[in-house]
Amino acid sequence: MSTIEQTQTTVQVYQVFIKATPEAIWEAITKPEFTKRFFYGAEIDATADRRLVVMGDDVGEDPVFEFDPPRRLVHGWQSKWNEEMAAEEPSRVTWELEPRDDGTTMLTVVHDKLEGAPKTATAVYGAGWMYVLSGLKTLLETGEPLST
Amino acid sequence: MHDDLVFKALADPSRRLLLDRLFERDGRTLTELDAELEMTRFGVMKHLRVLEEAGLVVPRKQGREKLHFLNPVPIRQIHDRWIDKYTERQVSALLDLKNELEETA
Repeated sequence: MSTIEQTQTTVQVYQVFIKATPEAIWEAITKPEFTKRFFYGAEIDATADRRLVVMGDDVGEDPVFEFDPPRRLVHGWQSKWNEEMAAEEPSRVTWELEPRDDGTTMLTVVHDKLEGAPKTATAVYGAGWMYVLSGLKTLLETGEPLST
Repeated sequence: MHDDLVFKALADPSRRLLLDRLFERDGRTLTELDAELEMTRFGVMKHLRVLEEAGLVVPRKQGREKLHFLNPVPIRQIHDRWIDKYTERQVSALLDLKNELEETA
């Protein structure tokens, strides 16, 4: 099998269908008690003003550009937990939640403006975001109690 | 259900070629994709539609252009659902064999 050379991607798109309401997904991506269960253990608290990310001893704060529950969340991204990546330019993440007739929600995540953050782009590409999205899907679909 | 759409979409060499082109460079217009393939524009559109229905390609409007992006999530899900499961069994079967042979040796 031949391997294919890949050029650096500055826009990354991920899409997944989740058997849950947009409201449930919105809660899961904006509240720390949920995010720590699928977002590499990070506790994330997003409001219309800012997105706080607590990961171990590192605390990061990213600006929130759009906050339209439960449909659209746009925020800045900087990987504060890694020195090299933290020094790069901030990028941007957009979450779009679209309910469908079959009771599922189509979640689209776009990570863009990665021109000034090549190390971040490589780190989050593919498996990075997929781990988060498949964890979120499992959490919401397995019916585990979301609050303790 | 959804797996069927993904397998069907992947069961065509032209569509796999389109995915490989998008993997090389993501976020392309129909015109760009069309220019690289020996296919009619109609054919490219038809294949892109099948890929979009399977969620393997996600179209996004950027200004006046419609860009096509590769979505790796469905392939990952198939990997987790099918490939992981069977390779795990092979590996554990080999380990059992190894243990058995080493015990009798």
